[in-house]
Amino acid sequence: MNANAQNLPARFPISPEPLAPTRLGSARGRVAPVSAGRRAIAPAVAKVELSEICLSYRTESGERLLALDHINLQVQTGEFVCIVGPSGCGKSTLLHLIAGLHRQTSGEVLVDGKSVQGPGTDRILIFQEHGLFPWLAVGQNIEFGMKMKGLNKAEREEKTRYYLRLVHLSKFEKSYIHQLSGGMRQRVAIARALATEPDVLLMDEPFAALDAQTRDLLHDELERIWSETGRTIIFVTHNVREAVRLGNRVILLTFRPGRVKSEFPVDLPRPRHLEDPDVARAARQVLDELRDEINSALEVEYNAGVKPSVDPRAEA
Amino acid sequence: MKRAAHYLIFYGCLFGLWTLLAELKIWPPYLFPTPWGVAEALFAGFNDHTYWIAIRVSMQRVLIGYGISVGLGMVLGLGVASNTFLEETMGGLLVSLQSLPSICWWPLALLWFGLNQNAILFVVIMGSLLSVTLAMEDGRKQMPKIFGQAGRNLGATGFKLFWYVLLPASLPFIVSGLKQGWAFAWRSLITAEMLYLSLGLGQVLMMGRDLNDMSAVIAVMILIVAIGYIVDGVVFKGMERRLQNKWGLTAAA
Repeated sequence: MNANAQNLPARFPISPEPLAPTRLGSARGRVAPVSAGRRAIAPAVAKVELSEICLSYRTESGERLLALDHINLQVQTGEFVCIVGPSGCGKSTLLHLIAGLHRQTSGEVLVDGKSVQGPGTDRILIFQEHGLFPWLAVGQNIEFGMKMKGLNKAEREEKTRYYLRLVHLSKFEKSYIHQLSGGMRQRVAIARALATEPDVLLMDEPFAALDAQTRDLLHDELERIWSETGRTIIFVTHNVREAVRLGNRVILLTFRPGRVKSEFPVDLPRPRHLEDPDVARAARQVLDELRDEINSALEVEYNAGVKPSVDPRAEA
Repeated sequence: MKRAAHYLIFYGCLFGLWTLLAELKIWPPYLFPTPWGVAEALFAGFNDHTYWIAIRVSMQRVLIGYGISVGLGMVLGLGVASNTFLEETMGGLLVSLQSLPSICWWPLALLWFGLNQNAILFVVIMGSLLSVTLAMEDGRKQMPKIFGQAGRNLGATGFKLFWYVLLPASLPFIVSGLKQGWAFAWRSLITAEMLYLSLGLGQVLMMGRDLNDMSAVIAVMILIVAIGYIVDGVVFKGMERRLQNKWGLTAAA
């Protein structure tokens, strides 16, 4: 592993973690308009930077468990980064730390070079499910962040309409959340997050609970919204194919404690599809590395008989 | 339709039995009045405005007392739910205090506030505060954490977070507690009013006893039950229905 560190590309100059960057995709992939254009500009300050992040907590039995171990990661403006890892590796927790909803034990989260001290509307987290407010109608949900910001009513209404159109839900402005399908709910969640105009979208397995057809559609929509709005997206998933289909870069975390195991730049042309042979081939490479981690996760589970009681926040 | 028939049968039988017992004159009429006697007392009471005044005074008191209970109970419940120290210490105290009938506060209230309306309010508040507090505490705990996180994430802090997120999010879990609090407040009020001449429904009830007018006593009892039932049916049932429609819950939360 350490030998690989010398092969680090110049783009990751201050990454002390042993990484194994593997370029995915073919040469023609590099002319992808969105990713190539954005990558050419390398800003001095990363949009989001995780520096030596460690997180440990006490389990119910009293022992200290290290959930995240010296995570270092830089995400540039406009980048679409996917984080994959076996469940329990702390990838969801990582998003909560970036969102400022939890506090790391040591290390620092920097956004635009400034240390994160709490939640902020420049970073909006989209939860796997149940993140929407059931007591508000769809339109009011989307409006919520703007209302908290103190935008006036006319402006809020105009933006709400815009974002409803963006996710193709204009007809459902007055519906309540329980009246929508799972896929529609996640589109509302995306619209609500975008409506606060965050620089960074944090997505915590947002499509994991959806059926395959809906997920495919939402992948297309998310890719379109990303290229239309130019937001920075950090996307957590356990689905490698999904990660490769969506991301410019895939980060693989190890099983407990979570460390950055390897990084895979994905240079495939967009729009991509889940069934593209290129996507499948690239996913294969990530999966090969992930398999070791899944195996060690299973080993822990089987040896312990039951899953160790884990703080739900650390559960990915 | 079937339900209406059931109602008709049940209340018809009840009414018939009452009339029969009254007409048999087993007990003297001033101890066991006829339904017509009670109806007459009701009509007379409304006609000379006694009941209207009593209802207004009692409603005013219960609204003030219950309102204070809800406000205070929400703050207290939220505090207990979000602070481990308070939860460990005050949580147990609150539960044990609930076994104390609210009228036990009456002697204390008399000495603290004197023989006036404030003493009555105090008893009403002590009667309903605990159930509202416990309901709020429970609701805050049952409420999925994700709502609070999403709210903070979207820029809600402090009072805004409480008012726009935590309160509406916990409403389905506290509505039954609010209802219980209302019932306790209403009961405490009538009890306290019976102990002190004070214009309310409780006093009108005692007046019936003093005048040996059993028809009036039963008429006021019917009024007390009816008001409790109407508030429950209109305010709380309406609230539950609205919540069910919004949240998509099937049963009353």
